[in-house]
Amino acid sequence: MGNPILRVENLVKSYGNVEAVRGVSFSVEEGEVFGLLGPNGAGKTSTVEILEGLRDPDSGTVSVCGLNPQTNSTELKHEIGAALQSTSLPDKLRVMEALRLFAGFYKRRRSPEDLLKRFGLEEKRNTFYSQLSGGQKQRLALAMALVNDPKVLFFDEPTAGLDPQVRREIYDIIEELKRDKKTIVMTTHYIEEAEHLCDRVAIVDHGKVIALGTPRDLKSHSGGTTRIEVRLSQPASNGALSTLEGVTDVRELDGAYVLHSRKPPKTIVDLVKHLEGNANELVSLEIASPSLEDVFIELTGRRLRD
Amino acid sequence: MKHFLSLTRMRIQLTVRNKMFIFFTLVMPFAFFFLYAGVFAKGEPHAVAYFLGPALALTVMGSFWGLSAALVMYREQGILRRFHVTPITASDMLASSVVANFVLVLPTVIAQFLFCRFIFHVTQFGNLFSVFLLIAVGTVSFASMGLVVASVTNTMQETQVINQLIWLPLIFLSGATLPLAFLPKIAQHFAVFLPATYLVQGLQAAIVDSTTPWHLLVQIGSLAFWTVLTFFLAVQLFRWEPEVKTHRRAKILVAATAIPFLLLGIWEYRVGTITSSAQSMYDALSGPHRSGSQQNPMLK
Repeated sequence: MGNPILRVENLVKSYGNVEAVRGVSFSVEEGEVFGLLGPNGAGKTSTVEILEGLRDPDSGTVSVCGLNPQTNSTELKHEIGAALQSTSLPDKLRVMEALRLFAGFYKRRRSPEDLLKRFGLEEKRNTFYSQLSGGQKQRLALAMALVNDPKVLFFDEPTAGLDPQVRREIYDIIEELKRDKKTIVMTTHYIEEAEHLCDRVAIVDHGKVIALGTPRDLKSHSGGTTRIEVRLSQPASNGALSTLEGVTDVRELDGAYVLHSRKPPKTIVDLVKHLEGNANELVSLEIASPSLEDVFIELTGRRLRD
Repeated sequence: MKHFLSLTRMRIQLTVRNKMFIFFTLVMPFAFFFLYAGVFAKGEPHAVAYFLGPALALTVMGSFWGLSAALVMYREQGILRRFHVTPITASDMLASSVVANFVLVLPTVIAQFLFCRFIFHVTQFGNLFSVFLLIAVGTVSFASMGLVVASVTNTMQETQVINQLIWLPLIFLSGATLPLAFLPKIAQHFAVFLPATYLVQGLQAAIVDSTTPWHLLVQIGSLAFWTVLTFFLAVQLFRWEPEVKTHRRAKILVAATAIPFLLLGIWEYRVGTITSSAQSMYDALSGPHRSGSQQNPMLK
């Protein structure tokens, strides 16, 4: 690949005794949607905040649009747009006033009027920020990230805390930006979001990148197997389950058994026979093609969500 | 500069839309004004003019509360954080709030003059240029002091406690509520170490004795110097992020804001011009107008 627009090498950041980021490296190409996927507290936000020039790293090198966020922070801020976590606007600021105010801070800018239209906020133009719904606030946050027509966009947990329907709306917006060839770095702890939106994903855990690639690459990592999750009325031994036909891997997870199988139909028939023979019963059964969640479980032995 | 102007405009708009503002910038100063002019001065023009100084000083010093509360709230709610990803600087942010506050204090100040003129028939306002200069340095310096407090406190509660600790001596021991000459000697000795004393006495001298800016150099100069120092410290100590807590060292640095008036106070303590001027204005007020029914209850 060509010339990365963003590069991170061996990034380290601690807060007191807590090592939030422990040697993160990756690079992002122009026009790419890059996801940092990991549980809360994995170090995603700290990494993004260093890239935005909001925090200084303890060590490591960072370059965004050819600039060093530490030394060229003001120049960099003209080139990036961000929707941060836990930010807010003054309660009594109106939607249009906010867009106009922020557009005024930049050398390059887009028409606030167009952004209002594109993000479906036209009717809310004179509404106070405090009177917007959660989804509207988030749409405004994304619109505001675009006021300077940035080269790189940072979305930190863009859909956290939103209900599924609003989350869909946000996905549509990000997909549209993707079609416009915007470079986007986003963090998320939602698997679907990363699979659905990102060209490449770095799975982050305990301040380290533990896997990196396209969602497809990462999934084929788990061997092109199908995931079968079963709950049984009585415990079964892992050993017995792994001898079932087609099964490559068995794990016990929160009281359920997760089998990875190369021949799912045969595995299920074999499983039912095995259970009958052992006076055990099937309580529930779920079949899914492998997801990034499986990759995460495989790498860490834990589920991504709490 | 352009950023600074658009931020200033935003701050003015937001402040006017805020109900707290109505209280601090309108209700409170006017309540004091009418208490002084109507009750203390009994509506007598000469005495009203005397009490106009303290009333203006209180209006000006109110900036201290408003700005510290607003800044801490902006930081706690993550509003500053949002501005942090833009090319805005800390001085843009702080200077715009100071200037917006100044613009909003002026109408209240003008209204107090108009009330004096048309309700209480005061005709002599002394040296208005001196008054304007003192109002300007007073507003900006107390606003900056508020920003310093906001920068070294971590929560709204902490800010309010520190504000009270600073505010009470400032208003009660400076002549802003009770005339300086009326206070016990020990309190008068303490008063010369407070910036508010120089503001109150300067305003009174400008109004009652028509003192020129040149003769108020100590008052105007010390407040101007204090403004520069406090604003500089506020910029140095400024924090965008709520999680970044203040260091102990920063809190100690704040003590530096007391140094100019500590030094000036020592000098003033020896020469005593401020206290004697306050005394003579007070005597002049009670002297020629002392006559049974007109006598001010405060001025025995």
